[in-house]
Amino acid sequence: MATVTYDHASRIYPGTERPAVDQLNLHVEDGEFLVLVGPSGCGKSTSLRMLAGLEDVNAGRILIGDRDVTDVQPKDRDIAMVFQNYALYPHMSVADNMGFALKIAGTPKTEIRSRVEEAAKILDLTEYLDRKPKALSGGQRQRVAMGRAIVRQPQVFLMDEPLSNLDAKLRVQTRTQIASLQRRLGVTTVYVTHDQTEALTMGDRIAVLKDGLLQQVGTPREMYDAPANVFVAGFIGSPAMNLGTFSVADGSAHIGQARIPVSRDALASLTPEDNNKITLGFRPEALDIVSASDPSAIPVEVNIVEELGSDAYVYGTLKGGQGELSSPEAGENEVIVRINPRTAPAKGERIHVSIRPGQEHVFSSSSGLRLSNA
Amino acid sequence: MAQNLQITAARPDPALLDLPWDVPLADWPSSVLAALPRGISRHVVRFVKMSGGVIAVKEIGETVAYREYELLRQLSRIDVPSVDPVGVITGRQDKNGERLEAVLITKHLQFSLPYRSLFSQTLRPDTATRLIDALAVLLVRLHLIGFYWGDVSLSNTLFRRDAETFAAYLVDAETGDLHAKLSPGQRSYDVELARTNIIGELMDLAAGELLDEDVDTIAIGDALLERYNELWSALTDEESFGSDERWRVAARIDRLNTLGFDVGELEITTDIDGTSVQIQPKVVDAGHHSRRLLRLTGLDVQENQARRLLNDLDSFRAATDRQNDEEEFVAHDWLSGVFEPTVRAVPRDQRRKLEPAQLFHEVLDHRWYISEQQKRDVPLPEAVASYVDNVLRDRPDEMAILGLPPEHADQQE
Repeated sequence: MATVTYDHASRIYPGTERPAVDQLNLHVEDGEFLVLVGPSGCGKSTSLRMLAGLEDVNAGRILIGDRDVTDVQPKDRDIAMVFQNYALYPHMSVADNMGFALKIAGTPKTEIRSRVEEAAKILDLTEYLDRKPKALSGGQRQRVAMGRAIVRQPQVFLMDEPLSNLDAKLRVQTRTQIASLQRRLGVTTVYVTHDQTEALTMGDRIAVLKDGLLQQVGTPREMYDAPANVFVAGFIGSPAMNLGTFSVADGSAHIGQARIPVSRDALASLTPEDNNKITLGFRPEALDIVSASDPSAIPVEVNIVEELGSDAYVYGTLKGGQGELSSPEAGENEVIVRINPRTAPAKGERIHVSIRPGQEHVFSSSSGLRLSNA
Repeated sequence: MAQNLQITAARPDPALLDLPWDVPLADWPSSVLAALPRGISRHVVRFVKMSGGVIAVKEIGETVAYREYELLRQLSRIDVPSVDPVGVITGRQDKNGERLEAVLITKHLQFSLPYRSLFSQTLRPDTATRLIDALAVLLVRLHLIGFYWGDVSLSNTLFRRDAETFAAYLVDAETGDLHAKLSPGQRSYDVELARTNIIGELMDLAAGELLDEDVDTIAIGDALLERYNELWSALTDEESFGSDERWRVAARIDRLNTLGFDVGELEITTDIDGTSVQIQPKVVDAGHHSRRLLRLTGLDVQENQARRLLNDLDSFRAATDRQNDEEEFVAHDWLSGVFEPTVRAVPRDQRRKLEPAQLFHEVLDHRWYISEQQKRDVPLPEAVASYVDNVLRDRPDEMAILGLPPEHADQQE
């Protein structure tokens, strides 16, 4: 087992000016499950393929443990790409399906059998070892495929959108399986996805990339509670955070009639470029319904109520305000509010909401960087 | 049945609408299925009869389906041997309104042979070697144009007879990616994965007693690595020699032609005092012989079939003493006086068993064989008759090969 280190690693495709991955610095701890996440074209898959040896590293280095693997051939890196190929062989037993790569590598028979048995125990496949794949369920076949990677005992597992070709049900199941399996095995794992829910539910830590640049690395909780910039704030969380740019006067942000106090620290970090404006973020669940007379009340006209059983979300229009408010998942001047489904307002109704104190996120309107926690 | 099907296809065939899209592919009635052997696949794949032909239908996630469709379109545009995509269908629902997986549809490649049916027929013992050679050529061609396959295997390839060898076609591009140029890491990973997959597939055939016990599966996998590396370096290596050895430029081009490649661009550099020359092929295109034959005769055939036909054309030219005539005129006479009468001499009901060029190749082989036996030059018409009676009648129909019955072919699902 080993750590993984990207040290100022860059990948520039021939004929392009902007690096696909730009000076990536990232350290993955031994046994850690790290998720690379971001929109398409952000450089997450390229970063993974650089680690796999499938993309050249044009500048910087990549280390597995203490070993510089920047110029090492993929097959000599002691890594395993999981799920790339999991067609099972119909005539071979489950045990042979798991162990055939070791046989090719010339591993002694007894050693193969013991590694396969060990993997089967972890994967709950022991009783199926001598059967044919035909006798297995879909989920069990998936586990046999994982077993193929496990018996090789690589230092690092790499997974590139492994769930993308599964249907929705199997995707959720397999997600949990991979995460718990990784914890039991304790093998360092780098996992790529475009889906922030997958990232939040699976990773020990998450690295968010955009345009080839690392935006932030942290635990799911840190990413959610203290996004380092507006991009991460809007990307992590579902439904997405409401984000708007508002003028600041007398120590408060002005959303229409509402006054939202801004901390001294945040005010102090404002620069002339910010032009006395801040970008304010608040999650749908950070809003309370209040009376119209509350000084921090933000009027919202209900466009649609989305009922999810345990929760309900109001998608509404901000009324009587200047400023640009938007959530990455809602339209112009739309705000998303989580409400108690038992007291859901009707479409067209006007409600008043206020941001729970301390749950606002303040960003510079010019740089997009986080200014304070509260 | 409230379905809202979205069909994405370049030339949609209305017959597509008649297929039971509201039924999961695994449960399609045998009345619409074609009894073709299925390879090993992680998805449900079915061969379906449609508009007099056969299509392959694969259930697969929507985004992956569109991606693979686009890739296959790009590959056919740049003339890489691959299956032709027909389209993607999304928005499927079953009778209870449950969502069904999207499907990718490709055309079934006529006269193609999956490796499992090649091995389960009794073929010559070097079949494996010839399949590996074909796959190595395909892999080199794909890598030359910047295609990273990501899951090279015999299951993801179809084979067509090509004179005494095979030509390989890419069938599954699900894991593929088209790049401007591949890095050595991408190439080596692709080849290494191919080796592992091939050995796995052969071990599986051995476990199913479809492969002779003496076959060394690991050696066959290693052979792919060797063949690939040989071919790659023949096509791309830089060569350096003294300026008095300039004939080596022509020799290199000849060698590439013999391997079946044309040199589109050759980089020649000399050092400052002009005593040594370096050459490196920059652009090589496969299909040297098939392009030449196409230009001369309009026949569009596989590379080695073309080589065979061109040889026959050359001997026709020599035999008729027309070395000084325009090649195009001689080719026209050969086509109407030799090739076409030979193919037409095969009874109509036997003709569809093999492609015309393959038929012609086998007739030539047969003529050589019986001429040897009878110690005389057997004329072509006599050779055709003997070939049809003694060889072709016993051959299976390979236009759409009927291999294992479907219940045996489908061991994966």
